[in-house]
Amino acid sequence: MDPVEFMEKEQMRVDLPDFKSGDTVRVYTKVKEGDKERIQVFEGVVIRKRKGKTGATFTVRKVSYGVGVERIFPLHSPAIEKIKIVSKGRVRRSRLYYLRKLAGKAARIKEKRAPKGTKGGL
Amino acid sequence: MINGILAIKLGMSRIFGEDGTVIPVTVLKAGPCIVTQKKTTDVDGYNAIQVGFLEKKVSRTNKPLLGHFKKSGDKAFYHVKEFPIDDTETLEVGQKVTVEMFKPGELVHVTGVSKGRGFAGVIKRWGFRRHPETHGSTSHRRPGSIGGSSFPSRVIKGKRMPGHMGSERVTVKNLKVIDVRAEQNLLLLKGAVPGSRKSLIIVKRA
Repeated sequence: MDPVEFMEKEQMRVDLPDFKSGDTVRVYTKVKEGDKERIQVFEGVVIRKRKGKTGATFTVRKVSYGVGVERIFPLHSPAIEKIKIVSKGRVRRSRLYYLRKLAGKAARIKEKRAPKGTKGGL
Repeated sequence: MINGILAIKLGMSRIFGEDGTVIPVTVLKAGPCIVTQKKTTDVDGYNAIQVGFLEKKVSRTNKPLLGHFKKSGDKAFYHVKEFPIDDTETLEVGQKVTVEMFKPGELVHVTGVSKGRGFAGVIKRWGFRRHPETHGSTSHRRPGSIGGSSFPSRVIKGKRMPGHMGSERVTVKNLKVIDVRAEQNLLLLKGAVPGSRKSLIIVKRA
């Protein structure tokens, strides 16, 4: 294998759950303050996932005190402690930029229905 | 010890720091180089170590070169380069020089041949500003005036004009060594390195 590719595969994280655009996720990131380390949580809707090996990123959007906040995380960053999927959303496109123009009730995303025969939930 | 090594540029990638910072790196395949000749003041008038890099089939090597390579072993090389050295006694002909000579955190100077841009205009070559696209303008990417007509009535020497760009020897100083992977002969340097992929790079201690 190409050594560069090999090097990148080595750094990729396989422990993270599989999530898609439209899902609501809770991202736990490690934040260093001085010599103390704590966990910061960012919860919101995934509006974009960019492909790539170590360069893959995803964008999470939330509305905080009436202000829309978007944060871009490198998917394979070691600063991400874990990612929790809060709910799976039913959306029809992969880039949910239209959410930026919507507010309140209109900005909601329908939850994905569980496949037949399963109990539902995550 | 020898203060440089030959390498091949493999491409760019990124490395994550422990706190999640992303470090852009260039991946080089550095060495192993074989010492092919020792040049000394007595014989050659100066002290240097000649090394060979990238093994080449003996059947593809011409006879004069093959005769030279035979003195250091039975291998032929694509690239041969000299490094000046104070004391030639520290190395033997046929000895291997590997990436392990560098340590993470060290600074290095890197020399390569930059990517060729062909015949480039003044905007790409010298960063000139462009002229208007519209409003009657017909000189969009032209250099403009290159001097006065009555005085000095000639174009001054060194005037920046269009011409061939790139494909020249470029040295980038003080790049930080991020990682050394000796088992794969990989050298990871922070930032960009001149040249295209697969091109020959000279890495020297800063």
